[in-house]
This record gives sequence, C-alpha cells and structure tokens, in this order.
Amino acid sequence: MEKEFKHIQTAHCENGVATSLLKYHGLHFMTEPLVFGIGSGLFYLHIPFLSINNGPAITYRSMPGWIFSRACKALGVKVTRKKFSNEEQAAAFLDQKVKEGVPVGCQVGVFNLPYFPPEYRFHFNAHNLIVYGKEKNNYLVSDPVMETVTTLSEEDMLRVRFAKGPLAPKGHIYFPEHVQPVSDEVLKKGIIKGIKRTTYHMLHIPGNIGGVAGIKYTAKQIRKWPQKLGARKAGLYLGQIVRMQEEIGTGGGGFRFLFAAFLEQASVILKNNELLEISEEFTKAGDLWRASAVNMGRIYKGRLKEQKDYDACAAMLDQISDIEKNAFLRLEKMKF
Amino acid sequence: MKEEDLPQDKSALEKMTREICYVKNSDGKYTTGLSTGWDVKKDALDNAWEDIQERTEAARIAVKNGEKSPVFYFMELRIMDFQVLSGYTGFWKFTIKRHLKPNVFQSLSDEKLKRYAKAFDVSVEELKKFKG
Repeated sequence: MEKEFKHIQTAHCENGVATSLLKYHGLHFMTEPLVFGIGSGLFYLHIPFLSINNGPAITYRSMPGWIFSRACKALGVKVTRKKFSNEEQAAAFLDQKVKEGVPVGCQVGVFNLPYFPPEYRFHFNAHNLIVYGKEKNNYLVSDPVMETVTTLSEEDMLRVRFAKGPLAPKGHIYFPEHVQPVSDEVLKKGIIKGIKRTTYHMLHIPGNIGGVAGIKYTAKQIRKWPQKLGARKAGLYLGQIVRMQEEIGTGGGGFRFLFAAFLEQASVILKNNELLEISEEFTKAGDLWRASAVNMGRIYKGRLKEQKDYDACAAMLDQISDIEKNAFLRLEKMKF
Repeated sequence: MKEEDLPQDKSALEKMTREICYVKNSDGKYTTGLSTGWDVKKDALDNAWEDIQERTEAARIAVKNGEKSPVFYFMELRIMDFQVLSGYTGFWKFTIKRHLKPNVFQSLSDEKLKRYAKAFDVSVEELKKFKG
C-alpha cells in the first residue's frame, strides 16, 4: 500500500498537482504537457471594462480547476472535491487525509504564502499545492512551481486555504480516487478530445473577446491606450499583459510553448507527423509572444513612447492571432 | 525558444526558486529548462510595485489631509480592492465606501473596526490612530 510521493516541478501549479497526483496513483506516463493538452488548458480571453490589479483582465489559459477536471474525466479518473464553510472542519479533514497517507491537492491564496517572495504576493487565490504529510505541526508541502519541497505551519495553511476575494478557495481540497490503469486507446481519445476542444475554444467562442479574435481585440485596445490612458497608465497596462503572459506558471510565451510541447508528444503517441508541423507553428507563436513582450518592455521602461510604438505592439499581436488561427484551422481539418 | 536563449537574469524569484520554462534542445525537441528570471518581466513587476507604492503614498496623504479614513490607506497598503476587502470583512462594497469617509469612520463600533483590523493584519489601535 505504501507508495512514495515524489515531488515534481512543473511550469504551472494546476498541471503540476494533476501530474504528480496521477503519477502517484500509477499513471507513470503522465507529463505536464499531456495534462495541459488533454485538459484543454490553452485559451485567450480579454474581458472588457474589467480591471484586475489596476490593469487589463487578460488570461492565456482556461478557468482554474478545469484543466485537472477535464484531464481526469478524459482518463476515466474520478476526482473527489470538498469545500468548507468551517475552518476547523477543513483542518480536520486535511489531517485525516494526511493520516490515511493520501497526498491531496489544496487550492490556496498566495497573499499570505510565506515562502513566496513579497514581490509575488498578490491577492491571487487560484494557486495549487500538494500536501503529502505532516511533521509535528508542519504540513509537508509539494508546491509544483518550486524546485524542492517545503513546509507550512498549521496556522499558515489555514490562512492560505481561507484567503478571501475573487476565486476564494474556501478550503478547497481535491484528490483522485480509484485510479485504474489507462489504456492506449483511452489516452489517444483523451488527446484528440483535448485538441478538438482547444481548437473549438480558440476559433469559435462567440463574440470578439475570446480565442484568436480576442488577441486582435487586445491589439485594438492597445492602439487606443496612449490616447485614452496617458503614457504612464498605458505602460502599466502593457506591463500587466507581459506579467500575465510570462510570469512563473506559464512555461513562457503565454503557455504556447507548453501547448507546442503537448502537440509534439501527441504526434508521437498518435503517430501523426502533421501534429509535429503544427507544434512548430505554436513554437513560432510563442517566440512572437516573447518578442512582443520585449517590445512592450521598451515602452514601459520609457525608451519608446510614440503612438507608432504602440501600433507596432498591436501589429505583432495581429500577426500572432493570424498564425494561431491558421494553426488551429489545420487542427480543425485534421482527421484523426 | 531555444534552450540556450533561456534568460538567466536576476529577479525576486531567486529567494524562492528557479522557474521551469519549455524550450527546444539542440535536436529541436521540447525539454524543460530552469530560469532565474527575465529582465523584461522583472521590469514589469518593478513598475507595478512602484505604482502600488505611489498609490499608497497618495492614500497616506489623503488620510493626513482628512479627506479619507485610515481604511483607504490600509486598503492600498495591502493591495486590496473592494472585492477582496469585502471578502475578508464581510462588509458590502457600498458600506466600505462609506467607511472611507473620515467622519463615518470616527463613529464605527469596535466590533466593526476589529473586522477591518483583522483583514489588514494590524491592531485596532493602529488602525484607529493612523493619522497619515
């Protein structure tokens, strides 16, 4: 019965919790790109009129929690989830799971997470980590974005599990149960479903703010920012885009490299060479996202400030949108 | 991105960890690499903090001039917006807005002040006595 828990570092916390827990339960073939791809993690959405941390509300990935749920569903793994209104009950439940020797995923807020550097502590409530044991009053914690394991005191654990505000975790705890071996057939089906769903989201979300159209929407907004917001605020807005796109947790290039890695692995599993070609397209898109970040950086560093510089940033996003659109159209036409 | 192009710049992350990025190795295959940070995003983060500090300073002055209550200052200091503060205190957004007025703040009960103090991680005394 005694299985040993192994810490795995990943780019993104939710992928990481999923990968580690599924591997722990015997699905050794699991990798972060597979979880991300099967769970259709790639997305783009620019929500208008909403500002987060005094900047634009943009995301490069799907809703927190969905990647894990979708990946598990595709592989026939049942996930038990629990939320609590009462802090003592939440702590007692976690302690019981620890006693049973079951590693569990916990959703936490990072504002009070002691091992995060102060510069990274915002009110972001959709971080995920694994609790795999307890020594005296300290939980043994495997945080997927970290190189090594760490610990959290009982008090700190309760505090981060009951962080408040948007996406408040409410003690959210989750773990896979009754994990059966996954056949090649099921894995292949999961990968195809993941690709199809991502394609659908990026090409056919209604309206002009999501998917590849959303990238163009952002480009359109960027052209207006210097006039509308003034140089300083426009610079801060661009900075926020770069942070959402490149900060720890994305794997670089707004998750595009992670998706390209998924397509590369998918091409081997499905024995499909065209997927490898399309993977190259997403590498190209990721590289352009990085180049666009460098460009935006020149503006918020104050080296560039003209309208034409903003236009240049916007033009790059338009170009990225076209590349991704063509790549997804190829995926859409593909026969599996 | 190629493995050898993965930036290794100094950043706040060095106190915690190196981060994983997905990069291409010399055979053109995807692999993971560890990065200490990237100046482009470090600058963005530094700018964001500079902005937070300026907002906090402006809030301090507003309290000092009697235009706003200490709640306004601590909100900025703890980088909270109405939604976050509302979550921690249980007050509605429009209630909090009222409490930003110095004269309304003066009349708040200790029980209400306690809820704010807990959210801001300060004592009731500190909150009450804050003059900017």
